[in-house]
Amino acid sequence: MSPMLLFGPPSIRGSLVSSWASGSVPVVMYMAVTAFGHPIHFILLFSRQGKLRLQKWYTTLPDKEKKKIVREIVQIILSRNQKTSSFVDWKDLKLVYKRYASLYFCCAIEDQDNELLTLEIVHRYVELLDRYFGNVCELDIIFNFEKAYFILDEFIIGGEVQETSKRSAVKAIEDSDMLQETVEEYMNKPAF
Amino acid sequence: MLIFCLKLIASQKFTDKRIGYLGAMLLLDERQDVHLLMTNCIKNDLNHSTQYVQGLALCTLGCMGSSEMCRDLAGEVEKLLKTSNSYLRKKAALCAVHVIRKVPELMEMFLPATRNLLNEKNHGVLHTSVVLLTEMCERSPDMLAHFRKVSLVPQLVRILKNLIMSGYSPEHDVSGISDPFLQVRILRLLRILGRNDDDSSEAMNDILAQVATNTETSKNVGNAILYETVLTIMDIKSESGLRVLAINILGRFLLNNDKNIRYVALTSLLKTVQTDHNAVQRHRSTIVDCLKDLDVSIKRRAMELSFALVNGNNVRGMMKELLYFLDSCEPEFKADCASGIFLAAEKYAPSKRWHIDTVMRVLTMAGSYVRDDAVPSLIQLITNSVEMHAYTVQRLYKAILGDYSQQPLVQVAAWCIGEYGDLLVSGQCEEEPPIQVTEDEVLDILESILISNMSASVTRGYALTAIMKLSTRFTCNVNRVKKVVSIYSSSIDVELQQRAVEYNALFKKYDHMRPALLERMPVMEKVTINGPTEIVQSNGETESAVLETKPPPSGLQPVSQASDLLDLLGGSDITPVIPTAPTSKPDSTGGELLDLLGDLNLTGSPVSAPVPQIAQPPFLLDGLPSQPLFSDIAAGIPSITAYNKNGLKIDFTFERSNTNPSVTLITIQASNSTELDMTDFVFQAAVPKTFQLQLLSPSSSVIPAFNSGTITQVIKVLNPQKQQLRMRIKLTYNHKGSAIQDLAEVNNFPSQSWQ
Repeated sequence: MSPMLLFGPPSIRGSLVSSWASGSVPVVMYMAVTAFGHPIHFILLFSRQGKLRLQKWYTTLPDKEKKKIVREIVQIILSRNQKTSSFVDWKDLKLVYKRYASLYFCCAIEDQDNELLTLEIVHRYVELLDRYFGNVCELDIIFNFEKAYFILDEFIIGGEVQETSKRSAVKAIEDSDMLQETVEEYMNKPAF
Repeated sequence: MLIFCLKLIASQKFTDKRIGYLGAMLLLDERQDVHLLMTNCIKNDLNHSTQYVQGLALCTLGCMGSSEMCRDLAGEVEKLLKTSNSYLRKKAALCAVHVIRKVPELMEMFLPATRNLLNEKNHGVLHTSVVLLTEMCERSPDMLAHFRKVSLVPQLVRILKNLIMSGYSPEHDVSGISDPFLQVRILRLLRILGRNDDDSSEAMNDILAQVATNTETSKNVGNAILYETVLTIMDIKSESGLRVLAINILGRFLLNNDKNIRYVALTSLLKTVQTDHNAVQRHRSTIVDCLKDLDVSIKRRAMELSFALVNGNNVRGMMKELLYFLDSCEPEFKADCASGIFLAAEKYAPSKRWHIDTVMRVLTMAGSYVRDDAVPSLIQLITNSVEMHAYTVQRLYKAILGDYSQQPLVQVAAWCIGEYGDLLVSGQCEEEPPIQVTEDEVLDILESILISNMSASVTRGYALTAIMKLSTRFTCNVNRVKKVVSIYSSSIDVELQQRAVEYNALFKKYDHMRPALLERMPVMEKVTINGPTEIVQSNGETESAVLETKPPPSGLQPVSQASDLLDLLGGSDITPVIPTAPTSKPDSTGGELLDLLGDLNLTGSPVSAPVPQIAQPPFLLDGLPSQPLFSDIAAGIPSITAYNKNGLKIDFTFERSNTNPSVTLITIQASNSTELDMTDFVFQAAVPKTFQLQLLSPSSSVIPAFNSGTITQVIKVLNPQKQQLRMRIKLTYNHKGSAIQDLAEVNNFPSQSWQ
């Protein structure tokens, strides 16, 4: 297990390596699930102060509802201590969360879903981020949030995993990046 | 802003498209109109020459496409599902899943494309194909049958086997396991295919055993696979050896240091404890240890599981652990734990003394968390344990001496002291050294309960009635009782006031009746939830006179049930019927009591007397053999659906007797179409006064989910006046963790059932 997942300013990366390598760092990955099939319902990434860094919803909800849910869940998870499991029963869903350095990854899955596998899914996403950014930290996510979404979209569609190979997923992003025009090309190319 | 997203999506520049689609996914959803404008863009991009553009379109459609968009673009998705480009194929598969979820009718059109989806080597395509197949099989029994027929199971087994046997593949390896995501999805699909199907289950037995025994368990990923395997084994028609293997895996999980693993194990064991009870029993001690875990979810599951495992053999040990748990657990558990202990004690108590002791321990430990409805049943229990009266009242007295704040405890104690105060004062206890209590001390404590701010109104009612009863049981303090009673006749609390006034009247005008009215309660019959009612012979002190117009809250359960029905039926034209056993009853007592009942006014003032067995007049039973041979008029009478709500359906089928045309036999069948069982199901019925009704014992009290079983119960209706049959029914059951009650009227009886 490569201790690559370091979220935090460069100065404290050193200490975070050891903390990650030694134990399991809870990451809160929120995935939502639907009634038939068991997709993930939503994924939330937030800091230890409760600042939301990424939210991906695979169900349709009004904005107000989403905000309410986020507030509620952030509160629930931030109040959990180290001694508890990574799973929380919430309404008719289950929250699977894990903290990687300063970021909580939280997934909401359905009651009958495989929680242990969801932990692996969360971990895989973090690995993908790390592979792409190289020793990823929270700042990378903050300043390149669109890339974080692109990576997520190469890994999961509609709440289901689409690619199980780390190499393929990251390669797709990198190839897409190549397709993006340089500034000069961008200015010169017609839009339509 | 939203239009701007569209502009970006429509742009030729890839950078724009990428951001535009991202914006659309983040900011738009299917509820907005502008969303539809995207359809054309997406359609064009699905046919774009660059696969990454196509990918963007597929992803967006698969994440947030509305039903209309899905309908419009399903054809394009289907085309891409057949492409040889695995990058696109995998995305198209998940897009198809989303389309099916939004527009299930379109599922059929994707069927041809699934034919060779699993021939791919690419894991992404394999994984998403399995997801697609899973979605189809779960949604449609026809699809499920189709895929079973085209040998999907052997194909999946082969793929899974390759994954396990193949050597190290760096691309898909997770801690030494090859593509755990795919393995788990295949296991889940196998579960759906094997469910209720012997052939499919047999075809996957070997691979399941292989995965179960060979998977590395040192890391979470291996356990994730094992977990899914266990879930599959338990859900299909696996042979018993495999099931035991699965439960043992769960048992090992319970010993794992990782909390998550323990959590998962307890959840699964809870699901299997009904079907594989003995296997789970072997892990009982580990489960009980989990009661001491620090995690709340683990504790809850351990508690539920512990209750499920209590039986006649282990009840003493288990109760000890559970009482200890009750003492030390968080408040949110106490009510459920107390109820669970009461239930288990009622079912498995090895002796009356033990039962009473356990009940009292719960009351003293968690007295304020005990549910209100437990009080009447506890009182009934105490009444019926005749030889323990002295012991019980003594212990209860001691319990509330120091502290009378726990309402349920105080209520039970007050009632007992009222009933058995004389035993308390005369020091008759055999089980433990009797305490010295004077009549004054007893009245002191009852009065303090009356006065105390902590006492609820109901509790005060108990206390007042108890004081009143003591006027006949105590010798020296009648005046004191009179004083208390007269004080409260001007109480603000209407309930108390009414009682006090009536008791006052009892002293003044009806003093000659007082001893008779306040006599010791006879032993009550137990109207248990299911099964024949036990007829307990009263111990010679039968006095069934009306005590007062308001029934005391001393839980005369059978009467309260009858009076509930009465109240609901709201008229004097309906006779309540208590379900009776078909076994023989002591006819003599039945006759007398029936006379008494006949004299009493039943409207609105339910009898507080012990409920008599409504002895059937001879002609119902005469001439009918116990296995009624009813004629084949049955074939002619159409059956009806009497009740159909919330997944509970009750059908009535009819038979008429050849020998006695006034008798109709109704067989009810209760079925449950929801996904969860309905437990503790009780069916009650009432008919107009001109009819007579007899309910025989039901087949069980649990209606299994998914219409997989029914409860049957027979009702005999006597209709001598050949009036139109009408019936009111009351249903009570537990479902999804909550108690449900419903009333209904059945008016659609076919004329052949009563004419």
